[in-house]
Amino acid sequence: MLTSQERKYMNKNLGRKPNRLELEMASAEWSEHCSYKSSKNLLRLLPTRGKRVLIGPGYDAGVLDIGNGKIITVHIESHNHPSAIDPYGGAATGVGGVIRDIISMGTKPIALLNSLRFGPIEAYDHSSKAKWLFKNVVKGIADYGNCLGIPTVGGEIEFDHSFDQYCLVDVAAIGYGRKEDVISNTANVGDLIVLAGNRTGRDGIRGASFASKLLRNDRSAVQIPDPFLEKLLIDAILEATKSGYINAIKDLGGGGLACCLSELSDSLGLGFEIELSSVHKKVSSMTPEEIMTSESQERMVFVISKEKFTDFAEIFGRFCIPYSIVGEVKNNKYLSIFYNGKCIAKIRSSLLANAPLAHRRAIKPLYLRNRKKRYVGPPMIENYGQTILQLLSNHNIGSKRWVYRQYDHEVGLRSVIKPGEADAAVLRIDNDKFISVKLDGNPKYCYLDPYQGTLGCLSEACRNVRCTGADPIGIIDHLQFGNPENPGIYWTFKKSIEAIRRFCTFFSIPVIGGKVSFYNETEVGTIKPTPVIGAIGLIEGRSKLVKPQLNPRDSIFIVGPTNEEMGGSEYFENYPHNMGGRVPKVHLGRDQIHGDVILKLIESKVTNCVHDCSKGGLAVSLVELALNSDIGISVELERIPNNCSRLDYLLFSESHSRYLFTTKNPDQAADILRIQGCIYAKIGYATGYNSQIQLKRGGKVISEIPLNDARRSYENLNIVMAGSDER
Amino acid sequence: MARVGIVVFPGSNCDHDIHHVLNKVVKLESEYVWHTSEAVENFDAIILPGGFSFGDRLRAGIIAAHSPVMKKIKKLADDGVPILGICNGFQILVESGLLPGALLMNKGLQFVCQWTKIEVVNAKTPFTNMFKIGDVIDVPVAHGEGRYTVHEDNYREFRRNNQIVLKYKNDNPNGSMDSIAGIANEAGNVVGIMPHPERASEDVLLPPGLGNSAVFIFRSLLYFLTKQNITDFKRVMQKC
Repeated sequence: MLTSQERKYMNKNLGRKPNRLELEMASAEWSEHCSYKSSKNLLRLLPTRGKRVLIGPGYDAGVLDIGNGKIITVHIESHNHPSAIDPYGGAATGVGGVIRDIISMGTKPIALLNSLRFGPIEAYDHSSKAKWLFKNVVKGIADYGNCLGIPTVGGEIEFDHSFDQYCLVDVAAIGYGRKEDVISNTANVGDLIVLAGNRTGRDGIRGASFASKLLRNDRSAVQIPDPFLEKLLIDAILEATKSGYINAIKDLGGGGLACCLSELSDSLGLGFEIELSSVHKKVSSMTPEEIMTSESQERMVFVISKEKFTDFAEIFGRFCIPYSIVGEVKNNKYLSIFYNGKCIAKIRSSLLANAPLAHRRAIKPLYLRNRKKRYVGPPMIENYGQTILQLLSNHNIGSKRWVYRQYDHEVGLRSVIKPGEADAAVLRIDNDKFISVKLDGNPKYCYLDPYQGTLGCLSEACRNVRCTGADPIGIIDHLQFGNPENPGIYWTFKKSIEAIRRFCTFFSIPVIGGKVSFYNETEVGTIKPTPVIGAIGLIEGRSKLVKPQLNPRDSIFIVGPTNEEMGGSEYFENYPHNMGGRVPKVHLGRDQIHGDVILKLIESKVTNCVHDCSKGGLAVSLVELALNSDIGISVELERIPNNCSRLDYLLFSESHSRYLFTTKNPDQAADILRIQGCIYAKIGYATGYNSQIQLKRGGKVISEIPLNDARRSYENLNIVMAGSDER
Repeated sequence: MARVGIVVFPGSNCDHDIHHVLNKVVKLESEYVWHTSEAVENFDAIILPGGFSFGDRLRAGIIAAHSPVMKKIKKLADDGVPILGICNGFQILVESGLLPGALLMNKGLQFVCQWTKIEVVNAKTPFTNMFKIGDVIDVPVAHGEGRYTVHEDNYREFRRNNQIVLKYKNDNPNGSMDSIAGIANEAGNVVGIMPHPERASEDVLLPPGLGNSAVFIFRSLLYFLTKQNITDFKRVMQKC
């Protein structure tokens, strides 16, 4: 519903009071979800230009030129509110929505990624809401993506109490195509407006408004998924695109026809005349208001020249996709809605498509103003092995195989690095090129320090793609926060944007797409600030691609210092009363030097195994390195460059800009690192198969963990979830 | 030049993958055939690719089994033309009665996508003739309904006729009877397999340490089509 100011603005610009339908259309389009009215001003600050950027944010998907006439499209969306009510349907339709954004650009979707957040799940609690949400969200994503034949190649999952009773479901999609096929929406007066795909029904009515306020149990606002129809749409649209039958195309997402038509008409600068009675519907008794705001899935609007319509209809008929001609492009600037020949709404498209901005106040929240930087450390550890195993069994750290083995991650013959194999997913593109992608988020850091926390997500996502040998060429961001009308929450949002701006300007990596999602709140409370960052990297040539493989007798190096930065770390989160300390700080200059040197080491073939240091700290990263190749390692802790006051801090600090890599040529590696001016050290070596992870200090062994024990702990989430499947 | 038809149903999603491996990797000419087409007589072999034909509504493969092209394919099968169904293609072959048995929901009640090892049990079909019995192939599976089951009586007959073509080697991802991963009809020219050899046919797609012997399933077909004609095949099969 419109606020009183928005109502005044509408009356003034319209020159009269809007009727009921016009009001419904405006409240869909002017909802936070569709209009970005609280965020538009700040989003303008982000750097979006770059030599590879053909189309940046603001369209259905960002487009990157990767050479040889080929392009990559990327988009990210969330479906948090619907998933919290109907996890299966909500997550599935979230996948559907982001894929239609990729096809809207005329490109073929080739991969999906997701970033999920839930409340913590307990092994023996089979009735918890978090577990129910988790199981069904994963199944929803799996069933939808698998049916389409689009591989789900990567993702990240985190469990945290701020998501109790709620969940975040973010889905990113990657498209691939030819430069000449990009649909750059155009239209001529007299062109036909065609609605194709699913029948319009009473599902998802007013979904956009529903997503723009605190979560309420409103089942009718959630949509119903039909992946089979979506698959047919993809095939039909790609064929019609190649043949040049489509002048303009737009996906129907939040706000349904109301938003789609007003935005398309506004961006084309031409008027639309729509006859609602010709829309193909699920039930005949729907009112015009329902037809305009229904969010039934798997629908697209096309603008097609009259003379090409028969060819277009032939393709859609062959795929048995229902369609209807719903209107015509007119030489004016209005969106005019007719019902049985009678004009029932007429508003200037630009008025509808551009909501008046909401000016939000930003004030540093109380909890941050009162927060003490000092902290009391946890009790000293006696058995380091035990603590490391405990961290490995933490669901935020351990293996997520239970999840990704439900996703078809192989279809399409592009998955070169698969889930669980390395820090980022790698996809094969033609002409000996590869794309590396990764999503990262960390609400724990962002809660304690939204600026450094967001920088950390950016740094980590870029680090992860570099570990596969890729140079980051684009960033996508998904900013998820609570109620923006709360100045404290808006402040954290503002800090997050500032961080993205700082990072992307420093590294000259453009932001090519993104989404903002506010009102992520339930009656229990608001979520921690959760910006999710996606990095897209390019690998030019198979020789530069790294599939991590550790071999016996390889030397292990660390690049970057380990600082005493324990705030928000998984280690501290284990001790609920120690919520203190600074979150890891990103030194941009150092981050750049380390990133460059890693790519140099890969290029000069000094290493073929690189691993990022992040969640759980160095100790966890070392164990992961060993587990990945099933080879034992021995590490001398004294050699690690650090300024930590305690050994447990050294092991579990999550300082940024650190990489582990292994090499057969330690001297050559040291030369390269020295010339580049890095802080680095050779800290150990790989021992042999079926061995153990040995940590030494001053020649004395402080911990020895057999690989099998480490693996058992690392598999904890898979074991817990497999147990719940059998029930 | 031998030509292979790749049948495309609405919802098939491995059709492009098979086309890529046949044309680019194995160099065996292949073409798409839409499910309403009845012109399949000119193909020397037929492959039914994986995917979700008709969205797997009712039951995986059952609607596709009743499409016009399948009537013609049944005829080709009777004439001894090699026919391979992969994953959803296997489900279609079972539903159309070209292969015996049924494919049930996986034992774990979930879709399973993972790499497995399969063992060649019958090396005489047009799709396994370049293997030896006991050869092990690295290959991924990706299915929700892959638990192969057949009636006890049929099963005995099955073994007598050497109809089991491939078995899961170590762990059985779906709980199929006797670890069956692929079977043939009595004549041996129609083969259905659950794993996806097209996804394991190129080095770059393999996880570290695995081999690409799966490509020999397609190379076997190439060998069969270029070295022998169909009447020869019938004779060979009768002999063994």
